[in-house]
Amino acid sequence: MIEFFVAPLEYGFMVRALIGSVLVGVMCPLVGAYVVTRNLAFMGDALAHAVLPGMVLGFIVGINPAIAAVPTGVAVAVLVRIVSRRAGFSTDTSIGILFAAMFALGLAMLSLSTTIRVDMEDLLLGQLLAISPTDIYVSLGITVMVILGLFALHHWLLFASFDPVGSQVVGARANIVDYVLLVMLALVIVIGIQAAGVILVMAMLVTPAATAYLLVRRFVSMMMAAAAIGTAAAVTGLYISYHFNLPPGPAMTLVASGIFALAISFKRRVPA
Amino acid sequence: MNPAPYPHAARMSLRDVSVEFDGQMALRNVSFDVDAGTLMGVVGPNGAGKSTLFNAIAGLLPVRRGKVTLHRVDRKGGALAYVPQRESVNWRFPVTAMDVVMMGRCCRLGWCRRPGKRDRELVDACLYRVGLWDHRSALMTELSGGQRQRVFVARALTQEASVLLLDEAFSGVDAGAQEGLVEVLQTVRNEGRIVLLATHDLTNLAGRFDQVLCLNRHVCACGPPDEVFTSEVMEQLYGAHGVRLTIDGEGGKRR
Repeated sequence: MIEFFVAPLEYGFMVRALIGSVLVGVMCPLVGAYVVTRNLAFMGDALAHAVLPGMVLGFIVGINPAIAAVPTGVAVAVLVRIVSRRAGFSTDTSIGILFAAMFALGLAMLSLSTTIRVDMEDLLLGQLLAISPTDIYVSLGITVMVILGLFALHHWLLFASFDPVGSQVVGARANIVDYVLLVMLALVIVIGIQAAGVILVMAMLVTPAATAYLLVRRFVSMMMAAAAIGTAAAVTGLYISYHFNLPPGPAMTLVASGIFALAISFKRRVPA
Repeated sequence: MNPAPYPHAARMSLRDVSVEFDGQMALRNVSFDVDAGTLMGVVGPNGAGKSTLFNAIAGLLPVRRGKVTLHRVDRKGGALAYVPQRESVNWRFPVTAMDVVMMGRCCRLGWCRRPGKRDRELVDACLYRVGLWDHRSALMTELSGGQRQRVFVARALTQEASVLLLDEAFSGVDAGAQEGLVEVLQTVRNEGRIVLLATHDLTNLAGRFDQVLCLNRHVCACGPPDEVFTSEVMEQLYGAHGVRLTIDGEGGKRR
């Protein structure tokens, strides 16, 4: 049994993958708790796709694609709000416009560039097993920033999430807090993409937090439970992928979805 | 159990205030004054501009003409508390009564400070005051409409607000609980705070307010309840609204 857990760790890439999966398993669900309770799932999905041009640019100019993705994610998060305000659309509409436009830009850059050969499948499905030490450092840096942000702004985040109008009256801070939340969302998505890819990062962002929403009452407990479930799903998924020769992204996603299926069969939450 | 000190001497004054909402003039030339220690009911039919008025006072909507003056009220410091309509609260967000009351401390705490012993004591005291100490660990969704409103009042108290704006505070609140809410608001008023409560349905509680502002896109009347509720004012409020709708309808047919 011990062999099952220890044997894979003889390989350096598996140790890095394990660290990577723990970071994803903790960070995506922590911010995911806000995503689930504030109806930001579409925004999350859009950000995951919209960072593509940043990552491609990173490959072209030779900087770590994760670092290059950060400003793109942040820019899109801010643009969504600006477009919604100027045009008077719902956020969904502006997300739809920007999400497709940015993803298309990324695809166009990818096919125009002759200097890089990036495997599209790696971008879409993640490459946890090929994660480099630099990627781990970037993820660690982002983890520290986001945890500090969540901790420092905790009460403002609660206020703005529960009562957006009341919090705005008290100060401009509520607006800033919303932007900071979107920036943190963009940051954890960048960590998530490395592990699970553009498409499956949603599983780490939404599924563990949604499971926690069914199991516990208060928001803070929900964040903790979501991080625990996310870590369990990510690490279990990684081991399954090693022993059964599966790609890690789908394995993690299936474990997280399985836990959610179990939770929803036994628990239900009265609609608000 | 008295919460922290607050400025008693707040005063509100609106002079010829006009506010646009959705491209239409929702309020025209609204003028009235409110002294410290006043519980004012703002009544009028749906679409009369009550929420627009509150949004303008709270600084959420720009004032097109005229001036809103809040004497000795530091808005950014939390001296103005806003209890929103039911629809604009995110009820899916799982917070307890205590969490919500603690939100009132946000503006006092600043950016990165965590609540301390004094903040927690104040939260406890305010929950006790509005009669919800036993429900402090209940989720907001588990509370009745009246209890939810009282949680918001407790939040305004921890915020040490001297002006409270409650928008459509009676919607989804049964008659008994409305009475309870008004009683709590009267004690809040007795400490020198200004309380404005908007409601579209005139309840038999109107007599419990110190002042009533009758609003239908302009001020129809403003004063003590026994003076303002005349048949003329009532017609202006509800009758006039009906007449206007009829005229609009006929106009449509002619075209």
